[in-house]
Amino acid sequence: MLDVRKRSAASPAPPAVTKPRSRWSTWFDIKAVPYLLVSPYFILFAVFGLFPLGFTLWVSLHDWELAGDRDWVGFANYTELLQDGEFWNSVANTFGMFVLATIPQLVLALMLANALNKRMRFRLLYRLGVLVPMVTSIVAVAVVFGQLFARDYGFVNWLLRTDGLDWTADKWSSWSAISVMVDWRWTGYNALIYLAAMQAIPRDLYEAASIDGASSRRQFWQITIPMLKPAIVFTTITSTIGGLSLFTEPVMFAQGDVGGGSLGQFQTVAMYMYENAFRHFEYGYASAVSWMLFMMILLVCFFSFLFTRRIGGTK
Amino acid sequence: MKATVLTRATLVVTLILSAFPIYWMFVVATRSNDVVGMVPPPMLPGGNLGENLERLFATEDANFAKGMLNSALVATTVTLSVVVLSSLAGFAFAKLRFRGRDGLLLVVLITMMVPLQQMGIIPLYMMMVKFGWTGELKAVIFPFLVNAFGVFLMRQYAVQAVPDELIEAARVDGCSTLRIYWSVVLPALRPAIAVLALFTFMQTWNEFIWPMAVLTQSNPTVQLSISALNGAHFQDYTLVFTGTALATVPLIVIFVLFGRQIIGGIMEGAVKA
Repeated sequence: MLDVRKRSAASPAPPAVTKPRSRWSTWFDIKAVPYLLVSPYFILFAVFGLFPLGFTLWVSLHDWELAGDRDWVGFANYTELLQDGEFWNSVANTFGMFVLATIPQLVLALMLANALNKRMRFRLLYRLGVLVPMVTSIVAVAVVFGQLFARDYGFVNWLLRTDGLDWTADKWSSWSAISVMVDWRWTGYNALIYLAAMQAIPRDLYEAASIDGASSRRQFWQITIPMLKPAIVFTTITSTIGGLSLFTEPVMFAQGDVGGGSLGQFQTVAMYMYENAFRHFEYGYASAVSWMLFMMILLVCFFSFLFTRRIGGTK
Repeated sequence: MKATVLTRATLVVTLILSAFPIYWMFVVATRSNDVVGMVPPPMLPGGNLGENLERLFATEDANFAKGMLNSALVATTVTLSVVVLSSLAGFAFAKLRFRGRDGLLLVVLITMMVPLQQMGIIPLYMMMVKFGWTGELKAVIFPFLVNAFGVFLMRQYAVQAVPDELIEAARVDGCSTLRIYWSVVLPALRPAIAVLALFTFMQTWNEFIWPMAVLTQSNPTVQLSISALNGAHFQDYTLVFTGTALATVPLIVIFVLFGRQIIGGIMEGAVKA
């Protein structure tokens, strides 16, 4: 490898151009190469990311079916969607599970981070331990949890002495089981993000507060939480995106069926979209669902952002 | 602040809860189907792993060996591509001057926020039909060759890890931009590249919704194999668990080898999984 450091030190900034390079190649190197370096990203992104997103909007304005038959219908898919009970059911399920999973998840993560931040032996072991769930595949996790929550001889039923309880049968139980899956996977990850932010808080803030006689509980609320604000905003946004587009866990919970239980009691919006697109082949209608989901995510992210920014108030 | 007994107890309980489902997966994978109905459930591994593996690979509708192989191929290709293309673009955004740079970087940032693959899944599927790629691995490779997060991570890291003086010096010595990338930037980016590679590999290995839409059971990824197994043989506890355990092994190996770097990556605030 070429050792730049040494040579530049030996020849302190010689202004003379020492290499015989054509003007054209220098021009090309300075002006064009930067664009060449960033272009693969933008080209691939345009083809496989941006175009599909935009085209979803176009498809959603048609009655577009598998065979390629398509008729322009304007916003008819959307107006139909607004009166579609199954769609609203999936919206309710998605938000239900989102709230049921995200709030405990972030609160637990905060407590866990606070515990991990203490001085003790085996710190690395604990940190690795809380991260283990994240490196397993969601599908595998869902299979395991599906069996843990099984009606007959399931581990959870054995533990809770609720023999014969079918966790998939109604809304609350299925939402809870799925939320447990989601939280099991993500709590540790969020805790590590909070932990990193906690370690960046200057020590003297706490020392000053101690001298002023602030209790450790008060210090937590008046110093730690406000200083964690950027991390809280970040985790809230990522959990919002992940939570509202929830798909794999509930699908696997229903043995691979996108219907979300016999009555759709845990069908999410993403599952409803998938069902319309790849089971009923109603591309236009499914695309409208996609765009509604996209809008919901933007909206909820915006509100979570506003909400979390207010946390802690003044510093 | 020193940890109290309560803190330690909380952490130990958390550790047990975190590890238990994975442990349980391996326990069931080594036992026979009489685990069903055992009260209390068995907590120690049995001796049936070999037999279970044989049954797993003999289960034709899951196509497990092919799924594992396909996933390894797809995840490796995607990881290589993401690492190379992200580091090139990240270097350009961090260290080169060109018109429109800040605007383009903003575009990268915005796209990072949008779960694009899922939103655009229907047109993406239509495209694959048009290309004749459905059922082929190309279909699950191409859409993932780049991602905004990788570019942004590389850019952030390059800004602080590669001193401007070094690049200037290399230029004075007559290095072309690509040569600078190869000899100066790439070595400096190595720690961030390791983190990006690990995360990309794990994420691609775990991809589910898109492979489910575009691939078929005759040419699956490993997650589809598990899903098929779970759908068709869900009463056969041990068979399904053997499959999931086997599909988790590569990730656990990665975690054991690189856990420390993964934690470092997350804690630098750099990683969005």
